[in-house]
Amino acid sequence: MSEFTRRKFLKFAGAAGAASAAGLTLSGCEGPGAGASAKSSQASTGPAHVVVIGGGFGGATAAKYIRKLDPSVKVTLIEKAKTYYTCPGSNWVLGGMRTIASIGQTYDSLASKHGVKVVHDWVTGIDAEKRHVALESGGHMSYDRLIVSPGIDFKWDGIEGYNEEVSKTIPHAWKAGHQTATLYQQLAGMRDGGTFVICPPPNPFRCPPGPYERVSMVAHFMKQHKPKSKIIILDAKPKFSKQGLFTQGWKDLYGFGTDNSMIEYIPSPNGKVVRIDAKNRVAIAGDLEEEYKADVLNVIPAQKAGWIAAHSGLTNESGWCPVNPLTWESTLVPHVHVIGDSSIAGKMPKSGYSANSQAKVCAAAVVDMLAGREPGTPSWVNTCYSLVGPNYGISVAAVYTLSEAGVVGVKGAGGLTPADGNRSLEAIYADSWWTNVTDDIWG
Amino acid sequence: MTKTLAKIALAATALLVAQMALAEAGGAMIGRTCNGCHGTDGVSKGAAPSLKGLPADYLAKAMKDFKADARPATIMNRIAKGYSDAELGAVAQYFATMK
Ligand SMILES: Cc1cc2nc3c(=O)[nH]c(=O)nc-3n(C[C@H](O)[C@H](O)[C@H](O)COP(=O)(O)OP(=O)(O)OC[C@H]3O[C@@H](n4cnc5c(N)ncnc54)[C@H](O)[C@@H]3O)c2cc1C
Repeated sequence: MSEFTRRKFLKFAGAAGAASAAGLTLSGCEGPGAGASAKSSQASTGPAHVVVIGGGFGGATAAKYIRKLDPSVKVTLIEKAKTYYTCPGSNWVLGGMRTIASIGQTYDSLASKHGVKVVHDWVTGIDAEKRHVALESGGHMSYDRLIVSPGIDFKWDGIEGYNEEVSKTIPHAWKAGHQTATLYQQLAGMRDGGTFVICPPPNPFRCPPGPYERVSMVAHFMKQHKPKSKIIILDAKPKFSKQGLFTQGWKDLYGFGTDNSMIEYIPSPNGKVVRIDAKNRVAIAGDLEEEYKADVLNVIPAQKAGWIAAHSGLTNESGWCPVNPLTWESTLVPHVHVIGDSSIAGKMPKSGYSANSQAKVCAAAVVDMLAGREPGTPSWVNTCYSLVGPNYGISVAAVYTLSEAGVVGVKGAGGLTPADGNRSLEAIYADSWWTNVTDDIWG
Repeated sequence: MTKTLAKIALAATALLVAQMALAEAGGAMIGRTCNGCHGTDGVSKGAAPSLKGLPADYLAKAMKDFKADARPATIMNRIAKGYSDAELGAVAQYFATMK
């Protein structure tokens, strides 16, 4: 944050803190908002209690790191699923390189090693005034600070003929688990010479390179098992993340750009899907309403913040959650922090690594605030690997800092794998990334 | 009423923020961002090297060399450029002295 002057910071933080500070009227005006004197901002006496909603990349990291940073703080993690399947690595399952079981995470270590109380339940509401959350199983749980990391939800009204019900047979596979398994089974059962049609969503969405890693992994799978098959990308966007690296990779491995290309890429406007004929597995795209008949169809809808965020007044008109990036406290609801995909995170992409990095800054700020200390200067990283083939890895990385414009990438740092980068070594590091980041979260 | 309170609260927040030291990020703050690739507390279970317990001057030199493109790298040369030398020194100290 070197080029960042005190005056500018004041302006920024003052603006960001305004809504949150205004919220003091709700909670009885105990003191100044963010960074307030500790005990006065606690709802109860005794050890402070932090409740975390969502045991994915953001939530599970926050729970673990609060306990690491201050074991006197009680942490309860509320997560519906007993096993969490990581989206990172789920494309590798589609490529036949991993089993779905191998990407499953449990909450045993969080409970036994880190003393996090794990509750498998669904949060049905947040009462910011009483500072408690309501549980599906009945009853309430009160908090001093609440961290919300519910991931994404889908906008089901974007493509005519595609909805939650249809997604059971024409999967999105954009939340890993049975959706991934369904798509894999369909691909495995497809005839040689069949067509896989994938429809990536408009921005912003979780994991910008994800659809194109998926294309790569399906191409790898087909090259091994069904070499006469084709892949058609019907994209809602005119361009995509790591495009140069992906297309180079597709040329190197799958004949992209030749008469014999396995992959055909149709960007917006022609590729923008307007309708799905679910019964006949046809995607209809572009102004001319061209029909694309698929043997296996994968539609990834447009996205918004997870349901509980919208339901609890944490989202603005964009459908995502504005936060003060110093603490990740909501600028709309005091004592509630939002991290991960649901948050508006400046220049950071919606990725698992971003969620992990945001969670650590949030955890440190929450621990500081509960102890009456000012939160420290934050710092974030995003590192995102994609596999184009089993031995062909590419990456994008950035270091982020707080500026008057919010969270921005440090100039001169980060960027993509260079043209002469070592693809096979990056494939090894992609695997290492998955191993270490999942261990950093659930281990 | 709400408006006045909001104004008071805003002033209080501004005052509070005015007291904040705008230091560079500390070694621990930066160090935790490394854990995603290098493992919790810098203990790696994959191909990425472990950082915990490495001598501080070695780590600091390695990262400054990455920053200067003077050490072979796939990704660390891109990442190390995001920090001042002082920050690299602090994060080296963080992993070197980790218990
Ligand atoms: C195919 C694919 C590949 C990807 N690859 C990568 C990659 O290589 N690298 C990378 O960094 N990122 C990747 N991502 C992105 C990454 O998965 C997300 O950015 C990350 O999961 C976001 O973390 P989160 O905590 O915001 O949400 P999630 O990880 O989705 O966690 C949210 C959790 O909250 C729970 N939950 C929600 N609401 C409630 C409620 N009301 N009560 C109880 N529980 C609730 C859900 O059950 C869920 O477990 C990929 C994504 C996809 C789809």
